[in-house]
Amino acid sequence: MKYNQYADGFSPAPTCLKNCLLAFLTGGAICETGHLIRAAVMSAGADAETAGMWTTVALICTAQLITGLGWYNTLGRIGGAGAAVPITGFANSVVSPALEYKKEGIILGTGAKIFSLSGPVLAVGFSVSAAAGILYKLLGLL
Amino acid sequence: MSGNKTCRRIGRRTFEYISRPSVAGAGSVAGEMEGQGPQAEWFDVVLNDDRMGQATWEKAESKMLGTAVEYAMKDAGVSRRDVDAILCGDLLNQLMASSFMARDLAVPFLGVYGACSTMTESMLLGGALVDGGYCRTVITGASSHFSTAERQFRMPLEHGNQRALSAQWTATAAGALVISSEQDSHMRLTHATIGRIVDPGIMDSSCMGAAMAPAAFHTIQNHLRDLGRKPLDYDLILTGDLGSIGRRILVDFSERGSKLPHLSEVYDDCGAMMYDVSRQDVHAGGSGCGCSGSIIAGRICKEMREGKIRRAMLVSTGALMSTISTQQGESIPGIAHAVTVEYV
Repeated sequence: MKYNQYADGFSPAPTCLKNCLLAFLTGGAICETGHLIRAAVMSAGADAETAGMWTTVALICTAQLITGLGWYNTLGRIGGAGAAVPITGFANSVVSPALEYKKEGIILGTGAKIFSLSGPVLAVGFSVSAAAGILYKLLGLL
Repeated sequence: MSGNKTCRRIGRRTFEYISRPSVAGAGSVAGEMEGQGPQAEWFDVVLNDDRMGQATWEKAESKMLGTAVEYAMKDAGVSRRDVDAILCGDLLNQLMASSFMARDLAVPFLGVYGACSTMTESMLLGGALVDGGYCRTVITGASSHFSTAERQFRMPLEHGNQRALSAQWTATAAGALVISSEQDSHMRLTHATIGRIVDPGIMDSSCMGAAMAPAAFHTIQNHLRDLGRKPLDYDLILTGDLGSIGRRILVDFSERGSKLPHLSEVYDDCGAMMYDVSRQDVHAGGSGCGCSGSIIAGRICKEMREGKIRRAMLVSTGALMSTISTQQGESIPGIAHAVTVEYV
């Protein structure tokens, strides 16, 4: 462990403040775009639930397109967590391996690798919601 | 029985190339981004399309290595038929870039894997084959490609993530040398040291410079000690891809307590030389077998043949982890092999 500490002394200090600020701005901009879409759909006469659905669809599709055009990696490099946490980040983590492994075929390439990044997120998400559901049910029995 | 054998060993870890095999030709190819860095003028070819018109990145890397080999053969004035063996490697599983390049070249082939230490590993072995009389002319080389390495070791290219500040950029580059007993050249192989693995216990695969610096130190120290030399006996001691962080660690560690006095006066690192970090967003510098491969076959060969460098120790450095070893909780083993070349 001593060498680790010695070596750490030569690494540049992480730019936490700058990263946080950029993440806040990027993530905020994505979410604000969502708000605007939602407001536009609602002003066209949709109810809140339908507008929410269209907002999700619009954000995911846009993120997929931007990934395909090769821009999302730049957004992620600058925005960090701000680009990763919103639903657009999830879309990017599905589309980027799908594109990357296209050359190995639709089934064994794209098909097998499409969830290679988002798979762990899904697995944890499913497990936690199942556990929360059971807990909720048990608490209800008391 | 052993009466005729000439012992080439010197000291504990070093051996001598008695016949001084010559580096008769060199070829280097670099990618788009590497071509915008400070080493650009030394490469034989700078790509304006890293895909080289190929269907996949792997095919592109193969073609890039093949191009470096072609240039090396042309430079040496040899044809495919003169080459007894080709020794090269890359970072891909089953050495895909090298194997498929060798398939197309149809020359006897030995795949060499030493992660990013492959360039000096192949030089060391190729030189021994020539010096021992087992081959007359061999080609040694190495390649790496950002887009193939990323997809194998890290994330898909289009994934939006942030790289650690200590991370290095895998160079898209290839280098090849023709080593021969038949051809004359000013650049000769004189000594080599096979490195041993040194694992300082670094777990983070974005700290490769720190993981490899102790191995580089160990090999350089052994090479110098066995030959009774000091760093200042060299015009250049060049490590492979320690990057800006590993470079500073090696200098600090070597000069502290005068273990390798004045090392910094003759020392540089290909990873730290490859890019202009003030302009290019590569964080701690370059890495990959092609990083030292292309700089050795590019700048170093050219400067040595002109006599600007009279004696150089080339020490490509490798991090011998796999894509699963870090996930299984293993630390990163470092390695470095040294070859001394001289202007004759």
